[in-house]
Amino acid sequence: MKNFNGRVLFLDRSDINTDEIIPAKYLTEISKEALAPHLLEDLELEGFTPGKDTEGISIIVTRENFGSGSSREHAPWALEMNGINMVVAVNFARIFRQNMFNGGMLAVELDPETIEELFQAFAGTECTGKTDFEKGTITFHTENGPAGSAVERTVSFDLYDFQRELIRAGGWVEYADSRY
Amino acid sequence: MGKTLTEKIFETHEIDKPDEKTRVLTLDAVFCHEITTPIAINDLISRGKDRVFDPEKIKAVIDHVTPAKDTKTAAQGKIMREWARRHNIRDFFDIGRNGVCHALFPEQGFVRPGYTIIMGDSHTCTHGAFGAFAAGVGTTDLEVGILKGVCAFRMPETMKIEVTGTLPEGVYAKDVILKIIGELGVNGATNKVIEFTGPIVDAMSMEARMTLSNMAVEAGATSGIIMPDETTVDYLWPYIKDDFENKETALAEYRRWISDEDAAYADELHIDVSSLEPLVTVGYKPDNIKTVREAEGTVVDQVYIGSCTNGRIEDLREAARVLAGRKIADSVRGILSPATPSVYSKALEEGIIKIFMDSGFVVTNPTCGACLGMSNGVLAPGEVAASTTNRNFNGRMGKGGMVHLMSPATAAATAVAGHITNAPAAGEQGATNEKF
Repeated sequence: MKNFNGRVLFLDRSDINTDEIIPAKYLTEISKEALAPHLLEDLELEGFTPGKDTEGISIIVTRENFGSGSSREHAPWALEMNGINMVVAVNFARIFRQNMFNGGMLAVELDPETIEELFQAFAGTECTGKTDFEKGTITFHTENGPAGSAVERTVSFDLYDFQRELIRAGGWVEYADSRY
Repeated sequence: MGKTLTEKIFETHEIDKPDEKTRVLTLDAVFCHEITTPIAINDLISRGKDRVFDPEKIKAVIDHVTPAKDTKTAAQGKIMREWARRHNIRDFFDIGRNGVCHALFPEQGFVRPGYTIIMGDSHTCTHGAFGAFAAGVGTTDLEVGILKGVCAFRMPETMKIEVTGTLPEGVYAKDVILKIIGELGVNGATNKVIEFTGPIVDAMSMEARMTLSNMAVEAGATSGIIMPDETTVDYLWPYIKDDFENKETALAEYRRWISDEDAAYADELHIDVSSLEPLVTVGYKPDNIKTVREAEGTVVDQVYIGSCTNGRIEDLREAARVLAGRKIADSVRGILSPATPSVYSKALEEGIIKIFMDSGFVVTNPTCGACLGMSNGVLAPGEVAASTTNRNFNGRMGKGGMVHLMSPATAAATAVAGHITNAPAAGEQGATNEKF
């Protein structure tokens, strides 16, 4: 199973699309590694610096409809090649979500209120996330919360059985090849 | 309780049910292009599984960057070419025969009512216009499709959109779908398929229907489905005439897929188009819609007519009606890319290519290139395009560029004026000729 623990980046916008995650001009690459430097290169978001702000990040928390647009799996690959195997959002575009699970990566959907609480408590802080895949929980922690003290919050997430199996199998190719 | 077309297709193609909501379906066709397929091919090779489930059911094209623009795109083409040869994939379309996948494959008769189709391309929803379940997927789904001929889907709900009224002159399928996306929002149909119904859809040609279905994904939909009818059969007839006694028997066979009267819908939306005006997008999201009148005067640097949304013969005729006898503004670069060789050839026969050239357009070979800023018309930072394509995301046609989506008629009128404007109404000064 991939790593779902580590530093968290908060991206405070809905509808971040696959062209923003990885622009089409890089789709001529035939290795996943070559995508790494260009993650979120075209995302224009106040306070966000592409390249710099994704360094050392393992989890992204964002708003609604993340990964809309193109079907390019280059989007999850660009995340994966930067060590980001997990995105937490209110919801995802269908193809992007399936691409995440197909590669053994986690796309976790939480209700808008919980996402808002996470933003309130942790955005802009040095935040880490720890995932218990079997229990279906993520624990967010920061030493420097908005009030200056440490904050910790554990949230539960639901997955379909099929999604869990894909994560355990390491992806859809492995899953399908052993069954069909 | 009756069933929707999608439910019927799922039922007849299901081979596994990994959980309550997920279905693994067998595939009737797997479509491939050179952007998302080479990585799947290389991965299969590295796994020691360089096989295809059925070479007859795999259709492949080089369309995104063609002819190759550099060493990398040449390498992508080479991987596709060698793979197609190695596996005896006969329906492989290379330079001279290639065109934009979602225009080319229907034109070749590869899409049939009741089919399940995947492709590593989000606009695969286009083929729903034939009453098929066709969905865009990523490279891993494509890879498994190529290897095993199956794909997993979360069972989608169906949203019914009924289009009624009288379509005003100068208002086209593109305006109707922009209106619908504006109503739904960019994720208003996520995890759903859209069924487009109603007298306006019934009266549309297959070309216009494909324009509707093509943009279903811009509202988040898995597919944009239209019930098969006489129009579908007429379009497919050259390819199916050996399979059926006559058109009536073909229609009777295809009608079994049609959604039942008492099927359950997650949502229903009614759109009366009687007072619809030509529309354009005005931001970085396809649901950001204004009327052309509201956007009137927005200066553009480039006008692009083509793509899987609006690069078919009817689209070219529609634009040519506006361009005939007129010149495009000196400040505008006009680019026409007929979507397929047969569209190109027909446009030559009908004198349409000459009209475009005389007006000041360049005519390129069929390719997706400019639509996603890969080749054949990339914008410079700060430049503005009027485009008949389907996506206006920030940077879509080139970093720092702005794309306004619109119909071919509006794009042509905009090219002439040098700024966004409505096509003149028939009979008005500058309007022409009923030739097309």
